Amino acid sequence: MAAELVLTDVSIRYKRHGHRDVQAVDHLDLRVAPGEVVGLVGESGCGKSTLARAICGLERFQTGTATFGGTPIVPLSLRRRPASLLPIQMVFQNPNASLNPRRRIGSQLEDARAANPVDARSVAELLSEVEIDPSAAALYPHQFSGGQRQRIAIARAMAVGPQLLIGDEPIASLDASLQAKVARLVRDVALRSHTSVLFISHDLSIVRLVADRIAVMKDGRIVEEGPTEDVWNQPQDDYTRRLLAAIPVADGLGRLPG
Amino acid sequence: MSAAPSGGLRIANLTMSIRNLPILEGVDLHVPTGAITGLAGESGSGKSITALTVVGLQPSDAEVSGVIEHHGQNLLGLRARAMNRLRGKEIAMVFQDPTSAFHPLLSIGTQLTDHARHHLSLSRREARERALALLDRVQVPDPEDALRRYPHQFSGGQLQRVAIASALMCEPSILILDEPTTALDVTVQAGILRLLRGLSDDLGLATLLITHDLAVLSAVADTVTVMRRGRVVETGSRFDVLTRPQHPYTRELIDSLPNRVPRPDHGERDLIDATGESDGR
Amino acid sequence: MTTLTSVPRDGRTSTRRAPRGAASPWRSPLTVIGLAVIAAWILVIVFSPLVQTHDPLGQSSDRLAAPGAGHWFGTDALGRDVFSRVVAGARISIPVAAALVLLSMLVGGILGAAAGYLGRVVDEVVMRIADVVFAFPTIILAMVIAAALGPSLFNAVIAMLLVSWPAYARVTRSLVLGAKSYDYVVAGRLLGFGPFTSLRRDILPNVLAPVLVLGTLDLGTAILTLSGLSFLGLGNVPPTPEWGSIVADGMQQFSSWWIATSAGLAIFSIVVAVNFVGDALRDSLDPQSQRMVRGRSL
Repeated sequence: MAAELVLTDVSIRYKRHGHRDVQAVDHLDLRVAPGEVVGLVGESGCGKSTLARAICGLERFQTGTATFGGTPIVPLSLRRRPASLLPIQMVFQNPNASLNPRRRIGSQLEDARAANPVDARSVAELLSEVEIDPSAAALYPHQFSGGQRQRIAIARAMAVGPQLLIGDEPIASLDASLQAKVARLVRDVALRSHTSVLFISHDLSIVRLVADRIAVMKDGRIVEEGPTEDVWNQPQDDYTRRLLAAIPVADGLGRLPG
Repeated sequence: MSAAPSGGLRIANLTMSIRNLPILEGVDLHVPTGAITGLAGESGSGKSITALTVVGLQPSDAEVSGVIEHHGQNLLGLRARAMNRLRGKEIAMVFQDPTSAFHPLLSIGTQLTDHARHHLSLSRREARERALALLDRVQVPDPEDALRRYPHQFSGGQLQRVAIASALMCEPSILILDEPTTALDVTVQAGILRLLRGLSDDLGLATLLITHDLAVLSAVADTVTVMRRGRVVETGSRFDVLTRPQHPYTRELIDSLPNRVPRPDHGERDLIDATGESDGR
Repeated sequence: MTTLTSVPRDGRTSTRRAPRGAASPWRSPLTVIGLAVIAAWILVIVFSPLVQTHDPLGQSSDRLAAPGAGHWFGTDALGRDVFSRVVAGARISIPVAAALVLLSMLVGGILGAAAGYLGRVVDEVVMRIADVVFAFPTIILAMVIAAALGPSLFNAVIAMLLVSWPAYARVTRSLVLGAKSYDYVVAGRLLGFGPFTSLRRDILPNVLAPVLVLGTLDLGTAILTLSGLSFLGLGNVPPTPEWGSIVADGMQQFSSWWIATSAGLAIFSIVVAVNFVGDALRDSLDPQSQRMVRGRSL
């Protein structure tokens, strides 16, 4: 039973010592339909990571409503995360930080499977799906490269059987040559399980490869939203145009971006 | 172009091993003055360690052989004291993370003028004026105020500009940048690339730009050298390497980028990979 | 600036990078000496009835005899063999100090972890109490408590426990606070880990190593403090041969230098040995746990 993420008029405001308050998310609306891949693009400070964390319950929305499959999204307390929100999972940016360095990856995948007793695939299947040799389950994270660790993190998120997979800059720490590959893997793996994806990145050209729809975020608001090719070819907002113009193209012509 | 022809850098047959593990094998690289030389490769290719070796900061247990020629002398043979005189003065380096390149508790003014006063024996006022001029040149807004501020008060992009200004304080003949824009947003990156191109054209530096992102090199580099596992696999002009790559690894690297352009040898190929490809939408 | 999210201190580099740095800290000569001394003392404790040459409590008429063939460390004012007393004293001083350190780690660790994990009220309360304890000089506070409770070894241990738990609490609290923000800890919570599972699997392994090192280095201080309390008559009750008490006796008979010196040397040897081993433990655990990786390696 697929679920939709609906954010209506949500805001998040931070207090900081000795600084002005930061309005990280400013009365924003966003939907991710079942089976959809939505790319959320924006530069640092636009609030995209804060938004991602709030959807997972790691931050609190101060206004508006946030629901997933009709269930309200509540912040994580000391108690275990409610089962109704387990289908929202996240892949983090830093591949070196998202796996427990002292436990074998097989055990970590087992932990994730435990959250999904009904439906879980085996560790071997999960690893094969992200193109990691299943025999590597006995290894520790430091024995893998950054790209591989990121794939393991994807496998762990998928082990839970999520309905919404959030990627918070999942490829930003990888080499350029790996970025497209891993981004596509996220899309493929998710769609195969009918999982929708919220792919967050500052890189429009990668998002273009994997997203059905693109939302451009700036200063806590969405300034432009639409089907991928529309946003790419006919950007309506100035900021979107600036983002597009700043992308360097590997055409060998020495054209300065921006 | 003010520097003598030997003002650039010529790396020949640079080989390094650490505890019998080969790190670099016969690396040849020419970094001429007045141009931006791009050095590309994935993690572990040895590009960064090559740069560190140029400034003498390679791991202490590394065994290195070969020639790094600058102004007629082999930098590899230099004693520590001589290398200290060159580092920061003749050869300057900018790193990936600007926040860790600066001391968090010293003002930008202090950090910009410190080495200049040491290397060039400038007075405090002279150094300050030079710092102001350079901050202006790298387009940091309100340079007077910037000198008083601390690193944490700058954004990443601005701090990287400050880092570049700091590198230029002693008028080096060689500027090495190791992944200078990797940690920055795309619009900020565009600004820095523009700045680098401008500086290279105006100051006649020999610039070595290291990155894993070939698109960045396509925008600013004059020549591109590709490294893989400690070896140079291809070298050529920017246009040649990016549109007519000879080595299969280079082709692989270019093909893996999201914004590809049709190559003459590839015939029909989508300009940009559309989302329809993987899911038959 | 798009920053790479902060890396846990225990992120590791890929094994492709060649190992660097000196040989294992466990092979350093000082460490080996330290381990040997500790091993020797453990043997002495275990086999003390056999090692003793005389009954530690056995008085004799041969008083204040200088060290010689019959009495290796001489005798004290009551004719008791000093060597045997020092050997017997090891059975008290070392295990009691070790037990004290373990208890402090446990109590301090639990309170600190609670403060770090639960935050807010618990954090405030625990840390303010810790601050109050810190405000007093350790030995003075221990003396006061021991004096109030009455002289006995047990009371001395209680006094020292009350005085030393805050250091462990503080360290544990900051380690737990730091670990809570690591991505993999957060990921665990997102997977549905409850707080205890999260603490056990993800947070505690980060805490154990530094606290263990702290404890090892603290052992020396514990032995000294215990001896100090006994020296002041606040801990051990005579005629039980605790090292501090022996030193106290020796101070009464200053010209009979062998009494205070032998117990003093015993204390010195174990404290230094434990410090060497503690250093090695810290060095062997730290580089692994402190190395940072920033996304792209060389």
